[in-house]
Amino acid sequence: MELFGDYFKQLYDTSGWNFVIFYDQVEWQRFVEAIWTTIKLIIACLIFSLIVGFVGAWAQGAQSKIVRNVIAGYIQFFRNTPPFVQILFFYFVLGNLTPSYDAGGYQEAYIGSFGWAVISLGFFAGAFNTEIFRSGIEAVPESTVEAASALGYTRLQSYIHVVFPLAFRVCLPALNNNLVNLLKTTTLAYGIAVPEMMYTANQIWSDNVNVPEMMIVLFFFYVGLVAILVYGMSRWERSMKIPGYG
Amino acid sequence: MASPSQSGNGSGTNWTPDQPMVSIKDVHKSFGDLEVLKGVSLDVMKGECICIIGPSGSGKSTLIRCVNALNDIQQGSILVEGLEVNDPNLDKLELRKKVGMVFQQYNLFPHKTAIENIMMAPITVLKQDKDEVAEHANSLIKKVRLEGKENSYPGELSGGQQQRVAIARSLAMSPDVMLFDEVTAALDPETVKEVLNTIQELAEEGMTCILVTHEMGFAREVANHIYFTDFGLIVEHGAPATFFDDAKDPRTKEFLSQIL
Amino acid sequence: MVALDHKGMSDNRTAGTSDEKVFEVLLPVARQQRSQAMIERLEGTFRLNLHPHHAIWMFLLFILAVGTAHAQAPKELISPIDALIKWSPFILWGPEGGLTGFSLNIIISFFAMLFGTIAGVALGLMQISLLLPVRTGSWIVTQFFRNSPWLVLLFTIMLLFPFEIDLGFVVIPIPDWMKAVIGFSLPVMANLSEVVRGAVRSLPSGQWESAESLAFNRRETLWMIILPQCFKRMIPPWINWYCILTMSTPLCSIMGVEESVTYTAQALNAEGDRPELLPVFYVFLLLIHFIYTYPIARWSIQLEKKFAIKL
Ligand SMILES: Nc1ncnc2c1ncn2[C@@H]1O[C@H](COP(=O)(O)OP(=O)(O)OP(=O)(O)O)[C@@H](O)[C@H]1O
Ligand SMILES: [Mg+2]
Repeated sequence: MELFGDYFKQLYDTSGWNFVIFYDQVEWQRFVEAIWTTIKLIIACLIFSLIVGFVGAWAQGAQSKIVRNVIAGYIQFFRNTPPFVQILFFYFVLGNLTPSYDAGGYQEAYIGSFGWAVISLGFFAGAFNTEIFRSGIEAVPESTVEAASALGYTRLQSYIHVVFPLAFRVCLPALNNNLVNLLKTTTLAYGIAVPEMMYTANQIWSDNVNVPEMMIVLFFFYVGLVAILVYGMSRWERSMKIPGYG
Repeated sequence: MASPSQSGNGSGTNWTPDQPMVSIKDVHKSFGDLEVLKGVSLDVMKGECICIIGPSGSGKSTLIRCVNALNDIQQGSILVEGLEVNDPNLDKLELRKKVGMVFQQYNLFPHKTAIENIMMAPITVLKQDKDEVAEHANSLIKKVRLEGKENSYPGELSGGQQQRVAIARSLAMSPDVMLFDEVTAALDPETVKEVLNTIQELAEEGMTCILVTHEMGFAREVANHIYFTDFGLIVEHGAPATFFDDAKDPRTKEFLSQIL
Repeated sequence: MVALDHKGMSDNRTAGTSDEKVFEVLLPVARQQRSQAMIERLEGTFRLNLHPHHAIWMFLLFILAVGTAHAQAPKELISPIDALIKWSPFILWGPEGGLTGFSLNIIISFFAMLFGTIAGVALGLMQISLLLPVRTGSWIVTQFFRNSPWLVLLFTIMLLFPFEIDLGFVVIPIPDWMKAVIGFSLPVMANLSEVVRGAVRSLPSGQWESAESLAFNRRETLWMIILPQCFKRMIPPWINWYCILTMSTPLCSIMGVEESVTYTAQALNAEGDRPELLPVFYVFLLLIHFIYTYPIARWSIQLEKKFAIKL
């Protein structure tokens, strides 16, 4: 670690490339915190978007035409408006309408910028997840469900043991694509000052005037994250693959 | 193995083995405006094997799907061991414990291996002990001659092998009646035989079977009784010998002349 | 990155061949699902089925926002509706009808699409080159720009690109919006590069072989036989990317480019940042983007359906 820091310090002295985060303790702290915030943001968004997708897909199978139309409208709204404006809308408009509590002298909102970023991006990606899950369920043929009920399965049992396991495998590739997109889209949280990597990098380069260096770090960070996610997902996809099928 | 006599327990019906095991009376079934079954009646005694034959669209599949309540009926009565299928309060699980069904398209669960396909329903539906189910499943694998294929996935099996897994899967529920809906129609000619052999063995062991088939030779050899359906009605029926050699109805004659 | 790419292509092929017969029941639907996923993976996005009635929901939302805001507004101040009417030309066209505001979003999207397409087609063709270094190099460039967040690319260009170019005899100034054009055209380039490569590879190899047996050279085969066949396939994803690009243009408001979001914030500021104005203005902003994007998205889906039958 010492050596590592010394190397970048020396690099700065000799070449002028200022990777301040690797030798300055304070900036390093900032950077590490940003990594955690980003990862937390990504994971929270992934989970929330999956929940939205499940609920949405379930609601799309509802009897009521109104429910189905509301879901369809939700999908179209999030699909055809800029995600960046969505995040601003959630934070400034809805954030303004939600209650706040007294945090010792000033008003603190129950849902902060991090929370609104998760909600907004979760709904954004959730709109796609809804479609993905629904088409996955539709891909399970009626006859397979019928075979289950001929074996005495109840509706719920056949969903748990037959439909979901199959539907999930069918939609996994599409789901993975969407999650990779979501990862990249979390940078939009910059717009509402969530201290994630993009935002922190901006602060660091404002303080240290090292824009190109921080840009390089940013690229490595995000391309690396995408690579890890894609690698993990495709491993998973492969392990879920049914032999002799698809 | 499934012994036909262990049935009917606790369902509170007063069926006795001398009555028909499946009794279909004046069954009417429509899909919207289309009347598919127009008053079908037939009885199947315990240990009997009957074949239903007839032209495409005559309602054969619909009829046997009604027997295990995959389709509901508008009018008439279907009694399985005294259990009324045309009853809004029907306990479907009770019915499906009695009646096994094998489909034309096998409909195996592709994400489970052969043995898992066989074991799944007894464990999840009947809540039977895992070890007992495993033992039973292994004996069924032997019965359908699929030793060595236990851990293959359906996608790795031939059509004939898949269909035999499907038969074993149904038998794992220890049913008293088996329904077969054109189970060889999707198979290559070479593999048809292995599936038919399995069914024939079942029938010879005394399993009550209702078969829909286009394999006339097989029907003649295995069936106790043949029913010919056309336009939702049973046009003619009889023992195989009389039915095939001495058909009375012109429609039956025409059908047989085309198919034989 | 590597896994993503290779998997996408190879799965696509195996799905069509070896397992086809084994599992008749589930396979056709599953294969359709899979190939759709592969297309989406190539394009890095999703396509949905749209219906005209979806637009109605947007309008209902707008009415709702306006209605609630109206009820909240204090009487002595300008009502939210009047404020919106007053400021909407500003948000749409900028001051004195200069081409800024929302119209700048569209201008940026046009130019970014133009440059992105030219560069993307070139990069895509390099990806199918016979020369290994060209192929590898263009593949790396493509993957790099595809997998970087748009905002990071945009920041890079906005901050590192000079604000003017000195050619010695003449100094060309580069306004911010032009830098934004470059920043947006990079991810478009990379994604279209994948579209081109995917379309070419989706053609059966028999096309190449029969052309070769007719003594076409590689360039002739590509330009006269392969690309004309791919062209139709590439149009729907191309339009789809245009929609995504257009919906990304508000990002450059972060760097102060005078587009619709920047002007909305300015308008709200000029009205004293009254909270009851926020919903009306932001819903208006969402709505103008929706009205522009939605018909294009619909059109792309229609085209895709049309071409799907013929191909
Ligand atoms: N779910 C359904 N909805 C509407 N009509 C149906 C449905 N199932 C079957 N039918 C119609 O009922 C009629 C009888 O169908 P059925 O499948 O019972 O015929 P089949 O005798 O089994 O024919 P095949 O030999 O071709 O299998 C057909 O006209 C068919 O179109
Ligand atoms: Mg049938």
